[in-house]
Amino acid sequence: MSLDIFKEKGTPLDKQLFTWRELVQTPTSKLDDDAFTRVRIILMNGIEANALRTMHAMARMMNGDARLPLAQVRRVEQHQQTMVNWLLPPDLSPLETTIAFEQVAIEVTASVAQHEPDEYLAQVYRFGLLEDFDHLYRFSALMDRVCGADANTIIQNYSDIMPGRPTEVEHRAPEDNLREHYDCTKADPLTKIHAVTITAGENQTHDYYMTIGPMFADPIARQLYAEIASIEEQHVTQYESLMDPNETPLEKWLLHEATEVYNYYSCAAYETNPRVKQIWERFVDYELGHLHMVMDLFKTMENRDPAEVLPQTLPELIDYQSHRQFVRETLTNEVDLRAAGTRFINVEDEADEAPASIAYREQMNSEGSPSEIVAAGYVWMPGTELVEKKTVFAKGAGA
Amino acid sequence: MKSTGAQPVRGNRTGMQTSPELAEELIEGAANAAPSSDGGSEIIAESRTDYISEGFPLGSMPAMPVSEEADADEDQAAMAVFLDKLSERLAFERMGVRLYEALLNKCEALGETKPGPTLEDIRHIGGEELDHFLMLNEAIETLGGDPTVESPSADIAAVASMGIMQVLTDPRSSVPQCLQVLLTAELTDNAGWELLIELASNLGYDDMREQFETALTHEEEHLQNVRDWLSDSVMEKARVDES
Repeated sequence: MSLDIFKEKGTPLDKQLFTWRELVQTPTSKLDDDAFTRVRIILMNGIEANALRTMHAMARMMNGDARLPLAQVRRVEQHQQTMVNWLLPPDLSPLETTIAFEQVAIEVTASVAQHEPDEYLAQVYRFGLLEDFDHLYRFSALMDRVCGADANTIIQNYSDIMPGRPTEVEHRAPEDNLREHYDCTKADPLTKIHAVTITAGENQTHDYYMTIGPMFADPIARQLYAEIASIEEQHVTQYESLMDPNETPLEKWLLHEATEVYNYYSCAAYETNPRVKQIWERFVDYELGHLHMVMDLFKTMENRDPAEVLPQTLPELIDYQSHRQFVRETLTNEVDLRAAGTRFINVEDEADEAPASIAYREQMNSEGSPSEIVAAGYVWMPGTELVEKKTVFAKGAGA
Repeated sequence: MKSTGAQPVRGNRTGMQTSPELAEELIEGAANAAPSSDGGSEIIAESRTDYISEGFPLGSMPAMPVSEEADADEDQAAMAVFLDKLSERLAFERMGVRLYEALLNKCEALGETKPGPTLEDIRHIGGEELDHFLMLNEAIETLGGDPTVESPSADIAAVASMGIMQVLTDPRSSVPQCLQVLLTAELTDNAGWELLIELASNLGYDDMREQFETALTHEEEHLQNVRDWLSDSVMEKARVDES
């Protein structure tokens, strides 16, 4: 199970080659592949998108020596992202993809929250989890009520579809979205990998909603995407604030490459689709190649030993399985938590301790709450709520 | 009461004649440019063929309970086809309820207009779509199938129908524009029921066939109504006197 990331060198960068035909493979099956295959594809697309985002930010801030290696690795990451993301099939509609995105946020964050060694950070993950959990419920209501379709065809029974922390109360002032960061000199490597992973996932979710939101015709769909994209932006703010800003840019790059190795390795360990598994295994080797290249840069440019930052072997992997019980327990115990600054408080203390969040929320919701409107009275049931005749047509239905 | 089209019209700018001088320059530029490769649109077909020949299916039906009869394989294959098409019809009728909800919403917001459907007309059709959906749920259960499955045909129908939902839920679309896409839906629906009747009949499910024939009668009425409302609306707008 464990991979010695110092010993395993992976594929050298100059051997990491693609063709357009190879990048664009026949996609997975929306109907036949396991939901967790889709979850992994979406997460890894997010991780790769974050690799590019991070490396572009670095290129704009670092000295000239790093620009070329950054560009060289970015070219490969770009194509890795393409090969991964293009595994999603065209019959997966934007709303269905959205449902899958929220399942990623629930199940991956639940795994992370349970493995996180730092109790404060684990609390942060549980806090965010309950918000994404609510988003799944709201989008499921949208799918049922606008499209007449059942979100569980995507979820495949693995995740619950019910309210979490209501989206309408998730809107917070910026000062209540920042968290305490880990200390890079003391934090467990897994803590750092978790922060990169979840930040990447949330950032792509935000970007996806901002892209597809305007593609919907229904005004309430457009409003719901506007509202939840705003929360995803808050989540990016929250999760990226967990990362220690005292890490050097090169240290962050090193961590990102280690995070990619870790995540591809986790994916390969659980993958049930042989064709997709081959891609995960190939990209473990590609990422090891990147990691070793950055290790060398770390040594030459910062005169530091990568072992200061990286674990010898990969820590415990992401669990790609249903975390229903953990999520339910978290929901029962923590749904009424709110944020005040970097702390978590009970809902009854919010008025005193986080008045700016309440004022902001009241302003945003003052002309109606899309997430409440779309799910008014909504209870998910197998085959949609129309099975229970919940429609204006039920009364006096013809024939 | 606000009505679609109440906003000032700025005029359509999509055609060449919007700006003839620019159009002339555009045509001249394109005509003088040379393609970077030879051939025509048939080259795209070669690329598609490459993928098609890999033979990956879109998806499959769930495994069915195995019969102990001698011709079990054949029965099972026939049942899979039947359930696939039932699932398609179920998904379509369920979506149909939401489509007519959106139309009702629009007509309530704009107010009933003549020509066009009354609110009661829409409620009547929506109610029948709901009845059909519920009937199909029962039919699939009766056959030992799972009505919550999205079958390959249901998936295809959902992909094909995305535009219909987009038009119905767009606050800017007019009632005649909605009727135009509902015509697509109702034509497909009628053909779908006809096929289901044929399938049920061939497989010997006579009770179901009778239920499906009743549903088809409703759908024929929906189709005729939608055709008439659309035709009347368009003629009215064009002020063509049919007499």
